[in-house]
Amino acid sequence: MGQTVFEPWNDPDAKPLIQFKNVTKRFGDFVAIDNQSFDIYEQEFFALLGPSGCGKTTMMRMLAGFETPTEGTILLGGQDIAPIPPNKRAVNMMFQSYALFPHLSIWENIAFGLKRDSMPKDQIDARVAEMLKLTRLEQFAKRKPHQCSGGQRQRVALARSLAKAPKLLLLDEPLGALDAKLRQDTQFELMDIQEKTGTTFVIVTHDQEEAMTVASRVAVMDHGKIIQADTPARIYEMPSSVYVADFIGDVTIISGTATPSGDGYDIAFAEGQPDLRAKSDIQLSKGQSCHLAIRPEKVSITAEKPSDAANALQGKILDIAYLGNLSTYHVELSTGQVVKSQTANTRRLSRRSFTWEDEVWLSWTDTAGVLLKE
Amino acid sequence: MRRATLILVPYLWLLALFLVPFLIVLKISLSDTALAIPPYTPTLDFSTGWQGFKDFWAELDLENFEFLTTDDLYWKAYLSSLKIAIIATLFTLLVGYPIAYGMANAPDHWRPTLMMLVILPFWTSFLIRVYSWMGILSNEGYLNQFLLGTGLISEPLTILNTNTAVYIGIVYTYLPFMILPIYSALERLDASLLEAAEDLGCSRLTAFWLVTVPLSKNGIIAGCFLVFIPTLGEFVIPSLLGGSKTLMIGKVLWEEFFNNRDWPVASAVAVILLLILIIPIILFQRNEQKQREIDG
Repeated sequence: MGQTVFEPWNDPDAKPLIQFKNVTKRFGDFVAIDNQSFDIYEQEFFALLGPSGCGKTTMMRMLAGFETPTEGTILLGGQDIAPIPPNKRAVNMMFQSYALFPHLSIWENIAFGLKRDSMPKDQIDARVAEMLKLTRLEQFAKRKPHQCSGGQRQRVALARSLAKAPKLLLLDEPLGALDAKLRQDTQFELMDIQEKTGTTFVIVTHDQEEAMTVASRVAVMDHGKIIQADTPARIYEMPSSVYVADFIGDVTIISGTATPSGDGYDIAFAEGQPDLRAKSDIQLSKGQSCHLAIRPEKVSITAEKPSDAANALQGKILDIAYLGNLSTYHVELSTGQVVKSQTANTRRLSRRSFTWEDEVWLSWTDTAGVLLKE
Repeated sequence: MRRATLILVPYLWLLALFLVPFLIVLKISLSDTALAIPPYTPTLDFSTGWQGFKDFWAELDLENFEFLTTDDLYWKAYLSSLKIAIIATLFTLLVGYPIAYGMANAPDHWRPTLMMLVILPFWTSFLIRVYSWMGILSNEGYLNQFLLGTGLISEPLTILNTNTAVYIGIVYTYLPFMILPIYSALERLDASLLEAAEDLGCSRLTAFWLVTVPLSKNGIIAGCFLVFIPTLGEFVIPSLLGGSKTLMIGKVLWEEFFNNRDWPVASAVAVILLLILIIPIILFQRNEQKQREIDG
């Protein structure tokens, strides 16, 4: 039972909607995009995630047509889009600032693109009504943008960019201006709208939680390069590099040297500490340096040494970050290294088992950590 | 109390420098000419007390205003001033808008310099600048010398002492008043709005008409009023650059006052000019008010 899994990127016959082929973009001496090739498939919700200045906005502006690649080609539906100006592309963009026309009403804002196509008036009316309904803005049609709340403006911007039924919708930090609560609701709304309209969405964001929530695939970018592009789950569970592991979510990175043994490696990381055990498919030679990335929620914290754990380390609680539903313990090993462990607060706080300065044991299985070369 | 004092200052200013002089002018406009100093009658004589005031009041009448309607010179001068002011304002807009647009789109580090260049002419006396146009526009002036020299014309153009020279003078003098409000409106324009317009299918030109122009509307209106209002009563430019055919109410007023020494008629002309100006001033105020409401 269940739906067929949507993962065209694993289907060799699937035709990508967008193809970046060796795309490089330079601004003077600065390399914004460094020789990137990747595909985005139809109906995907593709997230470009990275710190500011990593090139994600440049990537999006090249798709919109506001920038042209210095080298390489971008194909949309198999066609090179470099010579097509922004106003002729079947691509629409939702701007970070929303860029709503302040002198036009909500209705006129949404109708703006349709009128440029000289669509008959009754069709415009119908399409705008449809968009207003989709974004639940019916009763605000006559208002001007400055009479709307932030959340409403965000929905107007979305409605306006969707009105022309683009093949590809670009969203530049679409939820950046909203407060946390509204943002969460809007994320689900976005996914819902994306599913309903079947449009391909490319979203640019620096908020990893947002990218993980909405996207079918996330591309983690840094310094003009896509470091890893994969589903949110794989990005989180199987990061390909320390950068990605560190960028997404909370993680403890332990660096050491590997010794192959069985179907994995023993990792020596500090004088006087036991070797760590990790199963892995990656190829490391004996004595090669490596990094073990462990998510805090995969590390158990106990008072006694667990008897059957593949990895167990003793340490002292340095800090406790109380998040309500979860608590993150920062445990300092005798070597000074800090390992994070996260537990669900199933008990009331007053009955918490550990407190500051407690001596505790941390343990995890041999499959919990991800072994990385770099 | 503090607030009342703060408000009092501008009101006192207006009272002393606008309302009182206006009342004096109004009073003169209701008087009759006389060969005396001052050259009108009646004058208020406080020594005779209440009776003196009543006599004074009885002598005031609307005769001068009636006189203005009998001689068609006056209403022709008003109309001609209106026409010149409107045309000159349009020309100033046509010249000023592209300059403001260029300034607003110039690189950031250039803008203070460009702004400086726009304001720079104010550092020289207005009179000197208008006089120097006489040197440029006259038959033997620089412009004609240049055009004759390049062989574009064989006869010198007669520009000085025509309405053309008046338009040139007005556009030149009032250009900064047009540029600055438009520039300030264009500078605030969010560049992503134009990108959004393009993204939604506009060409650069339609984006300009549909986004840039409407969003600089308030700057355009402010600039037009700032040029139109002083131009309507302009006196120096038509007297120096205009010819005998240039009929402007400011010049008529001057002649009544100094050549004819008919202070009462001159005052009546001034009062009516003020009444005409009040309409655009009120419109201007309302535009500003609306803009403030939108900016919130």
